[in-house]
Amino acid sequence: MSAPTVAAKRGRILGSAAVTWLVFALALSAWELIALGADTVYFPRMTAILGTGADILLSGPAWRLMLGDAVFDIVLPSLATALGAWAFSAALGVALGTALGRSRWAMDYCGTLISFLRSVPPVTLMPAFMVMFGIGKQMEIAAIVFSTLWPIVLNTVDGVRSVDQVKIDTARSLGTPRRYWLGMIVLPAAMPKIFAGLRLSLSIAILLMVVAEIVGGSGIGLRISTTQSTVQYTEMWFWVLLLGALGYALNSALLAVERLVLGWQPAREDDA
Amino acid sequence: MSTMLEVSGLTHQYGQGERAHVAVRDLTFTIESGQLACIVGPSGCGKSTLLRCISGLIPATGGSVRLHGDEVSGVPDDLAVVFQDYSRSLFPWLTVAKNVEFPLRWQKVPKADRKRRAEEVLESVGLSGVGKKYPWQLSGGMQQRVSIARALVSRPALLLMDEPFASVDAQTRGELEDLTRRVQRELGSTILLVTHDIDESVYLADRVLVLSKSPAAIVADLDIALPADRDQITTRESEQFVSLRSEVARLLQSPQVQRTGEADTTDAAHAAGESGDAAGARTDAGSGAGSDRFTETHGTAESSDETATARS
Ligand SMILES: Nc1ncnc2c1ncn2[C@@H]1O[C@H](COP(=O)(O)OP(=O)(O)OP(=O)(O)O)[C@@H](O)[C@H]1O
Ligand SMILES: [Mg+2]
Repeated sequence: MSAPTVAAKRGRILGSAAVTWLVFALALSAWELIALGADTVYFPRMTAILGTGADILLSGPAWRLMLGDAVFDIVLPSLATALGAWAFSAALGVALGTALGRSRWAMDYCGTLISFLRSVPPVTLMPAFMVMFGIGKQMEIAAIVFSTLWPIVLNTVDGVRSVDQVKIDTARSLGTPRRYWLGMIVLPAAMPKIFAGLRLSLSIAILLMVVAEIVGGSGIGLRISTTQSTVQYTEMWFWVLLLGALGYALNSALLAVERLVLGWQPAREDDA
Repeated sequence: MSTMLEVSGLTHQYGQGERAHVAVRDLTFTIESGQLACIVGPSGCGKSTLLRCISGLIPATGGSVRLHGDEVSGVPDDLAVVFQDYSRSLFPWLTVAKNVEFPLRWQKVPKADRKRRAEEVLESVGLSGVGKKYPWQLSGGMQQRVSIARALVSRPALLLMDEPFASVDAQTRGELEDLTRRVQRELGSTILLVTHDIDESVYLADRVLVLSKSPAAIVADLDIALPADRDQITTRESEQFVSLRSEVARLLQSPQVQRTGEADTTDAAHAAGESGDAAGARTDAGSGAGSDRFTETHGTAESSDETATARS
């Protein structure tokens, strides 16, 4: 009787790990073939793109694990900007959201304003940020913080607000002191929603990083705009793919953290 | 016997003015130490409101509650509540053991003691070895055992239970009823349990308080003189039990109980509710819409004054 379930299980494992990567590899191969057929400068072959990428990333000396200058001068600074600004947003957003959510009246006053701020497409505000902060890291950080803050704030408010009344009654009847309330009841209960906000804002952070860098002229964004205007499409495509890979890796890392922190949750579908 | 709980003139009104709703009106009763008392009343009559007032979760709008002499204002230390909805009452982010230890954290019990006491109490509710699991990994009956264990771990003077077995299956329910009686006798605790199930109230209690429909008022106070050792099968088929539950059912059906305001006067169920329920084993004090669904299937009981003394 157990044979079908074992087979089903194996099927699922294959489905989750190997097959998705197989599909990914097939897509890259399809790209290769189509590019081969199309034979145009705008659409280089995948092998060429990956080769260029390897040259750029792995051109360094052995003591640096072959990592090239581009890694240290371009990729890591860009990543640091995005992650730093996002982490700042996370801390500020969770604190702000908790305060707003716990307050009886704060959201009555600020709710609409925050929803409005969240709805403004941050990309359109780039000129305003340039005027306010000048061109440079400050402007990039401000743009990322501004666009990632509101989803975190709103999700945190939502999470903090939606603590189950029965749990509140239970905690009160068990004599939970006020100063432990936040840490023991409110935040754990809000954590799933907070993480949803964090993941949403992480992808926004990568997006805004590139836009800000294209406008401001630094990091990966600058490489993309430069290679585009100098017709180095192979390298341009490499940076685009790298952004995809970075986004995927960061999201996976955050999911891993989430699984650790929210390990108590009943099994759920992962939307990686 | 000393008095554990003294409720006098308790009134609770939700809302103000137009939308005001009196859930509990002028309730007065006392519970002695070591008693297991059941409050039985129809659905929506204000049972949960009463328990929330007694436990200090909401301030009553009138009257007073005294727990061994001290006026209750805010949640008293030596009182615990078991809520009906165990799945919402347990903290899903804590393991079973951590859930049970939870109240001890605030009583400055050293960590090792907390662990040991949690293990002990889990064992006494028949749940040894599940401490490391999360609540959702347990069955409904087990989850309710966990919340009972959590309520008992700090050895509260008074344990309030709000329809604790209403959402488990019949088999588990019987087990939990026996567990409650056993634990109560072992620990000598005082328990006030609220239910809308007539059979359950008679089976469990040393004493049954019958509430009227909303706003809740006490219509009867019955001593349950069943033997202390009770058995799900033999006790329930004993003549004494059957006549007692008929007594309670009759009280719940009496015009006194039906005296209600607004919505309920239009209730056409008065006549319809009389028809016998063939299953008849469990009777509900009006769950859901049909508020008068008390069944008197067996006509066994005439007057049951030998076994039950009506005090009011
Ligand atoms: N927070 C509230 N605000 C306004 N009215 C309420 C509130 N809670 C309860 N009520 C009303 O008070 C009455 C009594 O409610 P309560 O929950 O105490 O009844 P109950 O006897 O516990 O019912 P059940 O058997 O369904 O649990 C109901 O009519 C209900 O509509
Ligand atoms: Mg209730």
